[in-house]
Amino acid sequence: MDSVLIVGGSVLSSTGVVSADVLIVGDRIERIGEGIKDETARVIDASGSWVGPGFVDVHTHLREPGQEWKEDIATGSAAGAAGGYTALVAMPNTDPAIDSGHLARFITGRGEEAGLVQVIPAGTLTMGRRGEQLAHLDDLWAAGVHMFSDDGDTVADAGLLRRAMEYIAQLGGVVSEHAIDPGLARGGHMHEGTVSSRLGMTGIPAIAEVSIVARDLALVELTGVTYHLQHVSTRGAVELLAAAKDRGLPVTAEVTPHHLAFDHQAAAATDASYKMMPPLRESDDVVAVREALKSGTIDMVATDHGPHASHEKDVPFEHAPFGVTGLEWAAAVVNSVDGLGLDQETFFDRMSLSPAALLGLADQGAPLTEGAVANVVVFDPGATWTPTETLSKSRNAPYFGKEYTGRVTATLYRGALTYEMESGR
Amino acid sequence: MRQVMEPSDITRALRRIAHEIIEGNKGVDDLVLLGIPTRGVPLAERLAGVLEAIEGVAVPTGILDVALYRDDVGRNPTPNVGSTEVSTSVEDKTVVLVDDVLYTGRTIRSALDAVTDLGRPARIQLAVLIDRGHRELPIRADYVGRNLPTALAQRVTVRVVETDGDDGVFIEQGEGF
Amino acid sequence: MQHLLSTEQMGRSEAESLLDDADGFLEVLDRPIPKVPALRGRTVATLFFEPSTRTRMSFERAAKALSADTLSFSPSGSSVSKGESLKDTVLTVQAMGADLAVVRHKAVGAPWRVAEWAQMRVVNGGDGAHQHPTQALLDALTIRRSLGGLDGLRIGIIGDIRYSRVARSNCFLFPTLGADVTLIAPPTLLPVDTEGWPVRHSSDLDAEIGSLDVVYLLRVQTERGGASVFPSLSEYVRRYGLTQRRFGMLKDEAVVLHPGPMNRGVEVSDVVADDPRCLVLDQVANGVAVRMAVLFRLLGGTSG
Repeated sequence: MDSVLIVGGSVLSSTGVVSADVLIVGDRIERIGEGIKDETARVIDASGSWVGPGFVDVHTHLREPGQEWKEDIATGSAAGAAGGYTALVAMPNTDPAIDSGHLARFITGRGEEAGLVQVIPAGTLTMGRRGEQLAHLDDLWAAGVHMFSDDGDTVADAGLLRRAMEYIAQLGGVVSEHAIDPGLARGGHMHEGTVSSRLGMTGIPAIAEVSIVARDLALVELTGVTYHLQHVSTRGAVELLAAAKDRGLPVTAEVTPHHLAFDHQAAAATDASYKMMPPLRESDDVVAVREALKSGTIDMVATDHGPHASHEKDVPFEHAPFGVTGLEWAAAVVNSVDGLGLDQETFFDRMSLSPAALLGLADQGAPLTEGAVANVVVFDPGATWTPTETLSKSRNAPYFGKEYTGRVTATLYRGALTYEMESGR
Repeated sequence: MRQVMEPSDITRALRRIAHEIIEGNKGVDDLVLLGIPTRGVPLAERLAGVLEAIEGVAVPTGILDVALYRDDVGRNPTPNVGSTEVSTSVEDKTVVLVDDVLYTGRTIRSALDAVTDLGRPARIQLAVLIDRGHRELPIRADYVGRNLPTALAQRVTVRVVETDGDDGVFIEQGEGF
Repeated sequence: MQHLLSTEQMGRSEAESLLDDADGFLEVLDRPIPKVPALRGRTVATLFFEPSTRTRMSFERAAKALSADTLSFSPSGSSVSKGESLKDTVLTVQAMGADLAVVRHKAVGAPWRVAEWAQMRVVNGGDGAHQHPTQALLDALTIRRSLGGLDGLRIGIIGDIRYSRVARSNCFLFPTLGADVTLIAPPTLLPVDTEGWPVRHSSDLDAEIGSLDVVYLLRVQTERGGASVFPSLSEYVRRYGLTQRRFGMLKDEAVVLHPGPMNRGVEVSDVVADDPRCLVLDQVANGVAVRMAVLFRLLGGTSG
């Protein structure tokens, strides 16, 4: 059986962070300890690096089926592996939308064919994401869907959302909300503020997010459903979240690398690489989401990896679709954010443990233990590098050409190396 | 730098040109003097002064900007747009163009186009203080203050009180010689 | 100068030198043969992805008065309706030999994109509600020729400021030239956030009008569907229209400008529109001269 020996890293193990080697044989972690020798093993030098469970992303757009010119499950999986991920949730706003069990099984199957990460389908809340009637929730659940979302749109009809929440609460699933009020955001392309006013562009006000979060949290209190708030971008939403958590509501939240890294001034050059939904907000909002990620009010990082082809993005800002890619740089960006300074345990909690717990995954997002399935990442928090290439089909990211600190050097999924940084790069 | 004309030489040359203009045109009736910026403008005004002193009649003068008629647009930084100020009609008049130095002839070619866009003069004549040769176009002056044989690399500089503070004509060697 | 895209970064000396050149071109336009050969052999393409007959005509008149050739592009019935991208359209026009493109587009920033993609010089002929720099220059020229200069003048820009590229261009150019600018509009037509703009704002026209030297009226976009930005046209006229009563409150020497086309009876009363102190036709004439100055500045020098 193939074996891999990860030597000299700082390992997040079930006994805490330890300096140790990790021996992986077949798909399992064989041993964790000091001075392991294995002549036949492929050796990965992890000195100075963090070793821990592979990252888990609760929010990616793999574009298959229907928009394979932007991305497909195989290329998205490769980008995920390069970013240290061993599990990705494929959001259901594909064409057709994942509103039935057979579509969810297709996603899972395509992920297994690619074999680079665990691809977990999310299902829609409503048929065709049209916000009119409930999707085949039971059927989706039976097909392995745990997270339900009309991502890309908020469920505008609060009555319909309430019924979805009641139904999913009894299944034990998660409602994942893209919280942007469509009326307040109508015609908008960037954050409503100084930059949009100067450019004469219609803005998307912060209140478009805050108002939906307030509505949803009241519905959570009513229905008791487990609620996950996507891509938090405003201080107002952070404050509502903190209050809801204080009251003990079953609420989690994610923040994206781009909302941690940039404020709306970055979009002033009208480069569509900075166009996403929700938009980049004020610097005070950026401070709020950073603090919330550090404190745990925001539980996890999710990429909202949103690939779009060059010809779709190389247009005037208002004509470009929303979305940026993120799988390959998420860990580096999070590690590079000024003043965030997450230690190894917190870093892995936000990148792996919390998202895996939300999804109820068996073999993902747990501190490394002997005998467990080997989903492992090696991350060098001190390495500096400048992204120039991507394994995604799309290049619509604002990170190219900027220097980041922290780099994934190897990823193992079920014991197999799915990514290893080329030496000398 | 070598001075080739003193202030008194310039005054005498202009006086002689004025006499030649009167003689050539049998008086100053229907005459319009158009100075080509920059130094053609004060020279035209001085000529007009001399003509008035001799004939007792004011001769109209004007400014003819040729920047928009040049054939070297795009070869140099964009020039500023000067203004053409011609208060009388040039229609059926005798227009005397006045410039400081006649060299390749390209400025005068531009000036001919510029004048004909203002109307159809009966005839156009050319008066210059210096003719330094090296024509690139079939153009000659009707009135010349001084013929000054030069090498291509040399530079001829005309200074006039109105724009430069003093009068004088100088010749200097170009770079590389 | 490579391109003319915005008035935001334009310095005073650059603006004044363009206005000086425009004065010279006004003289050219006043000649029996109002045409000079300055840009013979150069080709100016007008790429108007949003219809605007007036601005296009003004640019074409300017180009022709400089003896440049013109290429005219409009999206109706063209490849755009067949789905050709802006980038492909621009590169196609460049391949036909255009040296300069005047770009008008609904999308903010489109002329900047064109300048990135192409080697042509680019003039922003209006992008969304963002910028329309030649309009601001012609307005400044009109004020300068009428009142001698902009230094110390009080200029009120009145109306649909939030959605106006004309307002955004003038908001930056007028103060650069020394004027004191006040934006006057109902709250729903003021920009959401004017932090960093060199202007004041007010929603009370009657309180401001007596102190103004220039009243700059913007067109009320009666044709804009969807967004309900004020209760009714009659309420707008009552509070912000330049009626005869308000015209009587102006200083004697104050002038009225409007980028056209005017909605008579809405932002300006019929009688005021025909008053000699209403300079709309001067603006149109000055527009040709300003655009000549811009084209000559961009194309009259060494190609970059």
